[in-house]
Amino acid sequence: MYLYDEIDQKLVDERVAQFRDQTRRFLAGKLSEDEFRALRLRNGLYIQRYAPMLRIAIPYGLLSTKQLRKLAQVTHQYDRGYGHFSTRQNLQLNWPKLERVPDILAELATVQMHAIQTSGNSFRNVTTDHFAGVAQDEIVDSFVWCEIIRQWSTFHPEFSYLPRKFKFAVNGAKSDRAAVAVHDIGLHAVKDEQGEVGFRVLVGGGLGRTPAIGFVIREFLPWRHLLTYIEAILRVYNRYGRRDNIHKARIKILVKERGPEKFREEVDAEWAHLKDGPATLVPEEVARIESRFTRPSYLRLPATDAGLEAALATERAFANWHKRNVHPHKKAGYAAVTLSLKKTGVPPGDVTVEQMEKIADLADRYSFGELRVSHEQNLIFADVQLAALHALWQEVKELGFATPNVGLLTNIICCPGGDFCSLANAKSIPVAEAIQQRFDDLDYLHDIGEIDLNISGCMNACGHHHVGHIGILGVDKNGEEWYQIEIGGNQGEIRPGRGASLGKVIGPSFARAEVPDVIEKLIGCYLARRDSEAERFIDVVHRVGAEPFKESVYGNADQRAAHRRGQLASA
Amino acid sequence: MATLIKERRIVADSWHLLERGPKGELPEVPARGDVIVPLGLWLARREELLARAETGTLGAWIDANEGPEALAADVQRFPLIAVNFPKFGDGRGYSIARLLRERYSFKGELRAIGDVLHDHLFFMSQCGFDAFALREDQDPQEALSVFGTFSDGYQTSVLRPVPLFRRRLAAGKS
Repeated sequence: MYLYDEIDQKLVDERVAQFRDQTRRFLAGKLSEDEFRALRLRNGLYIQRYAPMLRIAIPYGLLSTKQLRKLAQVTHQYDRGYGHFSTRQNLQLNWPKLERVPDILAELATVQMHAIQTSGNSFRNVTTDHFAGVAQDEIVDSFVWCEIIRQWSTFHPEFSYLPRKFKFAVNGAKSDRAAVAVHDIGLHAVKDEQGEVGFRVLVGGGLGRTPAIGFVIREFLPWRHLLTYIEAILRVYNRYGRRDNIHKARIKILVKERGPEKFREEVDAEWAHLKDGPATLVPEEVARIESRFTRPSYLRLPATDAGLEAALATERAFANWHKRNVHPHKKAGYAAVTLSLKKTGVPPGDVTVEQMEKIADLADRYSFGELRVSHEQNLIFADVQLAALHALWQEVKELGFATPNVGLLTNIICCPGGDFCSLANAKSIPVAEAIQQRFDDLDYLHDIGEIDLNISGCMNACGHHHVGHIGILGVDKNGEEWYQIEIGGNQGEIRPGRGASLGKVIGPSFARAEVPDVIEKLIGCYLARRDSEAERFIDVVHRVGAEPFKESVYGNADQRAAHRRGQLASA
Repeated sequence: MATLIKERRIVADSWHLLERGPKGELPEVPARGDVIVPLGLWLARREELLARAETGTLGAWIDANEGPEALAADVQRFPLIAVNFPKFGDGRGYSIARLLRERYSFKGELRAIGDVLHDHLFFMSQCGFDAFALREDQDPQEALSVFGTFSDGYQTSVLRPVPLFRRRLAAGKS
């Protein structure tokens, strides 16, 4: 955990006071709906379908058990007893009362938490790899860089009213587990030949209604120039990003309209003025930030554990869980563990107050009192001793968080959808549930292997459907809920050679009840065509193309044409 | 006469803002008085207005979709430059202000005009504005309190050119 110093704390406290005053003036009729809207959004407060929704920031997904207990208490006291971990590594409460929100923020501030810039046309919570600091393929600890960017972006006076929201991701490992190519700015840490740390900078990626893969504006940005360079990008965007049409206001549209080369020239021209200025980072500052992070006091342990090996050899259920939900660690004798929030019948990412408290107890006992929220809406215990895995598994199983499905079909990313969100065209949670029920045979799931299935209830794409290997999008047709299916999306280069890509729609949409059948057909098509178990669904889609998959769902081209003729004739 | 917050005090305003006509036509410049002319007018009639500018009674205002670049060589001719906020959520004026102060070293009065609201003054002042023509319905007395909203800031700004991290390091060393 990064621990605040006095100034960090003071700024958060001052934010609470500011928002308390703004809420008071709104309730007193001194601020219009429209004016208050802009102010409450940058404190994470939406007015939703049934009630306000408060989005609490969990900077880069890192959480201490003290903070989790506070979240549990707040959820209990001000809400209805459960919260929702989002794909932006935040926690959303769905029922707080507007006039109590300043009190909630004051409570959060006591544990160094807030809801700053979690919504609105502002620089949002920076996200990263949920294995930051423990991954075996680490280049840098991305938490340190996330915190540097968090500070730089918090209350930036010049960029507080951007044309639109701005999402920033940092990946510090060789594998991209932060989906940097689908963010407004994505950083991928790299080292040059001399071993100096820098960043490959991507700009203009994003999901939503105009999905785009970011372009590499700079192959190697030395770390000391990080802040001046992003300041230059943001300034170009702030000045020239479109403000006439909310759907064309993201930086990706500016990049497209200018063309990447022209955009880069403009950024470089701006940067020429800022480069080597006072915002240039110095090693002492990086070291200071690093030193304010608490670190686990690891024990010196052997790389293997006999008890673990024995349990894996004899207990199949444990071995299944270990295979999917336990991940390698850079320290010998330790592993990272995913607690799956994707149990069938439970909205993905939802946790109750009781569960939060129990998770906090477990994290204290097994993982140095810290945990992470992943953008796949699971929780991670990053530092578990190998010798403790079996005991942890038994406790997690009891809580219902041991579903051994990480990376598998039922580990669905899903937005809250029409059950909760006023923007949604369609429900998403029941679709996830129906798919999870259809694929409830664990052996079959393991046989299908690694696949990302993502569901969004509308084209705002909070469920990241464009980058699911299979993506499902809820659409509205004359007031009815229909579902469009895409294949071929990929969130990033998790495996070498398969970079980020956007899915393509396979054809006409389906009624909700048909969706599990369609998924089953797509999976059947994949299984029939893969050349080995190592070839994943996404690899087959890219190797053979979409046609066989379309055929498996809609019939071959002749059959599809005949069907269309029939439809036209009857129309 | 409209109220103005200037250098954190409520003052009377002697300046008259000249706007473009409904079809964008440039206004006439009255012979007397302190006037703020649209950037376009200055650019179109620069030669004839140079003498007026010498008298210190000419200001210019920049709209959000315009750039301070066009004024770069001339900023020191004006005792006042205003930047328009067509809507409070339009953040372009913050960048324009910083550029005027930091890149073009404008030292005169930098005034926010248009949809200028209580809750935006703090960041505006950080970006270099020192005068605020509040929207009519705003309470200037109440607005005076916002300049102390935050006691510090992480970034470089016009009011705090040295970022917090450098000041923290300096404090740690002393």
